[in-house]
Formats: sequence, C-alpha cells, structure tokens
Amino acid sequence: MTASFEVKSLSILNEKGEADETLMPSLPDDDIKRIFELMVLSRTFDEAALSLQREGRIGTYASMLGQEASQIGSALAFEKSDWIFPSFREMAVYITMGYPMYMLLQYWSGDERGARAPAGLNIFPVCVPVGTQIPHAVGASMAAKYKGDKAVACCYFGDGGTSKGDFHEGLNMAGVFKLPVVFICQNNQWAISVPRRRQSASKTLSQKAYSYGFEGIQVDGNDVFAVYKATSEAVRKARGGGGPTLIECFTYRMSDHTTADDSSKYRSNEEVESWKPKDPLLRLKLFMEKKGLWNEQYQKGVEEKSKTAVEQAIRKAESLSPPEPADMFRYALKSPTPRQAKEMEDF
Amino acid sequence: MRNNHNKKECGPKGKRLITFTAAINEALIECMEKDPGVFVMGLGAPDPKGVFGTTLGLQKRFGTGRVFDMPISENAMTGVAIGAAISGMRPVMAHQRADFVLMAMDQIVNSAAKWHYMYGGQASVPLTIRTVVGRGWGQGPQHSQNFQALFAQVPGLKVVAPTTPCEAKGLLTASIEENNPVIFVEHRWLSNQMGDVPEGYYSMPLGKANVMRKGSDITVVASMDMALEAMVVADGLLSSGISVEVVNLRTVKPLDAETILGSVAKTGRLVVMDSSWYEFGVSAEIAAVVAEKGFDSLKAKVRRLGLPSVPTPTSPALAGHYYPSEADICLAIGDVLGVRLNPRKLGFKDVVGDVPDEYFKGPF
Ligand SMILES: Cc1ncc(C[n+]2csc(CCOP(=O)(O)OP(=O)(O)O)c2C)c(N)n1
Ligand SMILES: [Mg+2]
Repeated sequence: MTASFEVKSLSILNEKGEADETLMPSLPDDDIKRIFELMVLSRTFDEAALSLQREGRIGTYASMLGQEASQIGSALAFEKSDWIFPSFREMAVYITMGYPMYMLLQYWSGDERGARAPAGLNIFPVCVPVGTQIPHAVGASMAAKYKGDKAVACCYFGDGGTSKGDFHEGLNMAGVFKLPVVFICQNNQWAISVPRRRQSASKTLSQKAYSYGFEGIQVDGNDVFAVYKATSEAVRKARGGGGPTLIECFTYRMSDHTTADDSSKYRSNEEVESWKPKDPLLRLKLFMEKKGLWNEQYQKGVEEKSKTAVEQAIRKAESLSPPEPADMFRYALKSPTPRQAKEMEDF
Repeated sequence: MRNNHNKKECGPKGKRLITFTAAINEALIECMEKDPGVFVMGLGAPDPKGVFGTTLGLQKRFGTGRVFDMPISENAMTGVAIGAAISGMRPVMAHQRADFVLMAMDQIVNSAAKWHYMYGGQASVPLTIRTVVGRGWGQGPQHSQNFQALFAQVPGLKVVAPTTPCEAKGLLTASIEENNPVIFVEHRWLSNQMGDVPEGYYSMPLGKANVMRKGSDITVVASMDMALEAMVVADGLLSSGISVEVVNLRTVKPLDAETILGSVAKTGRLVVMDSSWYEFGVSAEIAAVVAEKGFDSLKAKVRRLGLPSVPTPTSPALAGHYYPSEADICLAIGDVLGVRLNPRKLGFKDVVGDVPDEYFKGPF
C-alpha cells in the first residue's frame, strides 16, 4: 500500500497589505475593523503587562507580541460554547473570547482567582507543563461527541509542544476516534533558547497530522485572514463530524520567552529585525487603508479606546484585596480530608 | 535565608568560598574530565542561563557531543539516558523544575529503578537525575514541588539532597560515580549560598548524615532550605538557654538512621522538618524510625514540620504562610521541650519571605 500526502499551505494577505481576493474569507467591513481593534487592544494589553512586570506589579509574564494574528484569527472562528485549551502565551485568545482583562492581570500577579473563567465561557486556565493540555482537549472533544452537542474543542500549543509524547498520543487518539477538535500550533520558531530545527527534523510541523490520519495545514501565522479562514474551515469540518485538523501558524516570537528571559543571548538581532516587516498589525493596517477603512484619526481613536480599557483593567485588578491566607486550603480538594480540615481550622 | 552558616559547616576543610551553583558546576567539570563516559543533557543545559548557572561553560569546554539540549520530551529523554547508561555511559540529566520529572516517572520507576533487579544484576543504570526545587517568587503549584518522598519510596533509587556548597560538590560527584540511578535534589534557594569548597575532585559518601551543629536539649533533623532555617532558629534560641542539635540529612535515601538515633539518644527530643509535604513524607519515615528503634530514648512526643497538604500557592500573600517560618520552628521546639517560647520576642519571623536573599534574581 502506498500513502501520499501534500503539505497544504495558505497565505492571503502579504506584507504589503495586498490580499488574494480569490482566497479572501467573506468578512464584512465591520468584522475587519473588529479584528484590527482586537489586535490593537491585545498589543496594548501586552505592552502594559510588560511594564507592570518591570515595575514589580505583576509576576513573570509571557508576551504574545508578533503572534496576534495567529491568536485572534483563530479564536474568532470559535463559539463561546466551544472548549478552548490555551497554553500560556495566548492572552489575545482570552481577550478575543471575551475574558475580562483585569482577571488576566490578576492571574499574572499570582492570584489564582483570576483563572476562574466567567460563566458561559469554556476557556481553560494557562497550562504550565508544556503540551499536557493536548490530551485534555482531545478528552473534551470526546465528551462533546458522546453528549451529541455541537461543541468542538480547540488546543493551542507551541512548536516545542510538538515534541511531547502528549502531542503524539493526543493527536493519534483524535485521529482514531475522528474527534471534533482543532489543534493550533503556533510555531514561533523558538522554545525558550531552542530553535525550531532542534525541536523536530520534520520540514513542517503541519505534516505530522498525516501520520495520524487527518489533515494538516501550514498557514502564514502573521496573516490574520489566512488563520481565520483555515480555522473556520477546520471548525466547520469538526462540527460536521469530519474529524480533527492540525493548523500550524508559521509566526515569530518577537519578544523574550518571558520577562525572566533575555533572548539577545541566543538569537541574532538580524533575525528579529527580519520579522518586523512581517508584522501582522502593520499588514492589516495597509490593507484597510487601501480599502478606505483606516486613517490616522481612526487609529488614534482605536488606540485611545484600548488604552482606556487596559487602564481600567489595571485599576480593577489592583483594587482587589489579596486572597486570604486560609484560601490555600479551600480548593485543594472538593471535599477536604479530615486532616486538611483540621489544618485549615488550626491555621 | 538569613544567615550564612555554610562557612562554619562543611565536610573536608578547604579555604575557598564559592556558591552552591559554582560547586555544582565544578563537580560536573571534574567528573567530565575524569570520566569520558559522563555527559550532560537536558532542557536548557547549554543555553545562556545554564540551568540556573550550574552548566555554564560546559558545552564550550566539552563540546556539543557531551553537553546538549533536548526537544521538550522529558519521558523519552529519560529512556534515552537509561539506554545510554546500560551501554556504559554515565549520563547526567538536568531538569530546571523537579515538577517536569513527573513526565518521566514511568522510565524512572519501571525501568531505571528496576533494571539491575530484573536482569539479575547483569546491568545497572548509572544515571544521575538533577531536579531543581523552586520556592517563592510566584513559582506556584507546578514550579515548586519537591518529590523526595515519592522517589525515596521506590526500591532501586537513591535520593540525595545537599545543603551546603561543599556537600553539593561532593555529593554530586558521588551520585555520578554511583552505579544506581540517583535523584539529586537541588533547592533553588541554596543557589547563592556561599560555602567553603575544597578544590579538586572529591566525593562524599551517600547515606551519611551530618551533625551540622552540636546541641544537648533537642534534635532537629532537616535538609536543604529547612536545615538552614533550623540553624537560624538554633542560633536564636541560645539566648534562652536552649541547646539545639541540627542533623542535616545530606542523603534522603539511604537514610542515615544511625546518626539520627545517636543524636536522639543524646537529646531525647526530636523535631523533624520536611522540605516537602509532611503528610506521608520523609519526615514521617524519620519519625517512624525513631519510634521503632529509639523509643526508649524519647522523653517527649515527636513533632513534624513541613508543608500542609495543599498545592503551593502562587500568590506571595499565601506562600508566606505556606512554608514553615522561623516562628513555627521555634514553637515546635518549645512544644516538644514543654516550654513556652515567644518567637516574636526572640526575633523570629512569622511570615516567610518570597525570595531567599537580595541576590536572588528569580527563575528563568
Ligand atoms: C513539560 C515541560 N517541560 C519544560 C518546561 C519549561 N518550558 C516552559 S516554556 C518552554 C518552551 C515552550 O516552547 P513552545 O512550545 O514552542 O512554546 P512558546 O514558548 O514558544 O510559546 C519550556 C521548555 C515546561 N513548562 N513543561
Ligand atoms: Mg515556540
């Protein structure tokens, strides 16, 4: 028996802001503006989080700078009732899904109460052990299929995450059971100081899907239209019983791994500079300008609105009283053991 | 950590003060120079931060064939290390977080720990697994766990937990020389601790505890961060006329019952401190050994101090109450001695800080 496959790729919007109209997803102008506004808001949030960390007002933070199109373009393809399993860099996914920004800041300041998703939103907290959320997403999609509801599951992970056994085992099961799940790999070229080529000898990461019996596609991760289109199609397929898809968003981590990292020690400035013209925000802006959807005044307005929203979130996050010391006993178990109950009482 | 006791407290007498981190680095260099079968691998092993500084310069010195990074595949990496170990190499694996060693539990427990037994002694697994335990600094539930008891319970594994830089070097060397798999626990709060470390290759015996401070009224058994905390409290209690003996474990397994029982025979009183959860912990094993074999020397109940049975909180507001404080240690000692002590009056802190010292620059 012979097997053959083709590594699919998709890009719609180039660096000059020119879109391939034959591939363009149908998006009304208002939606395009909404995407742009989410991108500005996310970047404003990200910048604010970085400066809060520098001022010691939040803890270690993982910036999503440069990955806005991968995150927002994909998140927009899901419904609130879908099950979203992020890793730890997906703040723009949370923002797009409508997660309150003050709670994100609360989480990054070390207050786990910020990780409680508001009612009606099926997005999970940050996952620290790399790749372990992949089987969780597969499980959620299995439950959705079993219950017969129309929800799909979505899992975000990085290029580094694809080296985990969880990735292989999770995708394999998703293929075997033909589950309604969309895997989104943000290949940002680095896993802390390990470059993409040291993570896998595979030419693309998307091609790995074929060994599990389903489709993979590599999309330009800085092209919000391509990400949106590929994800929407994967979601439609999953909802319709067509099984899983792996989407590799080819992008770049413009920032350090986290605020506790210094990437200048292991990657060249030229490499970082070479990605600047590929900026996802810049190309969307150029596109919108050509369409008459963007001008300086609009930009100013969007920036102002974003700044105000982020400032409000910071004020709210910082006005919350810290958790009570006894809180640490409260959530260890749904029903505490007698010894824990005693520890809590004695505390 | 308030005071630096390492100067007073070290094995072989040297004349050089270096950090715990530098001591680990030296041990690796000297072992690699002595034995061409020693190689170092792990996530971040050759990167600019060098596993909190411990592997810095190694790749430059020994090349990419002996010091290398890995894809994020902890489980397979451990299996690979086992495969290399049974074919005559001495791998040293580094994990920046003990928490992620859990990914490799099957390889460690079902393979590394069993190999020598299941193959009738034909082959052993001379593998050293370095696991760094974090604390404070927002490390939270998945960046701070110490699994010493989990590993110590498994037949076929040894568990080493140095406190001073001198021990770090001598015990790491011994672990690498050891023909069985060793879990080498490094506490992140010890990284910047300075201590007297002899130059040149040496190893310290596994399974030998150390009386870090002589005393006559009560024995405190501890290791790593807790051993240093115990020393601070022991110092502070001198003015109240209480003489505390501090036994520093050095190795969790094999446990040096002899030294512990010897100390308790002298003092008749025991407080055991655990750098991990006390429930089902190493401290429970020590208390049980003393109850079984040293019961006649006990003049009072035994007390344990360790982490409560809940995951590590991230928030400093909670973490400050999670780890035993100087005041907690003082009160436990007072309780066993049957005397009322006022920790505040004695200058003991009742909330634990979030960083060990001003040099601490945090995790990765
Ligand atoms: C199982 C596990 N091993 C190691 C780590 C330490 N670590 C945190 S992030 C990271 C790199 C992740 O890279 P990638 O998956 O590409 O995601 P990115 O950071 O680029 O978004 C590593 C190794 C971890 N969190 N979990
Ligand atoms: Mg990456």
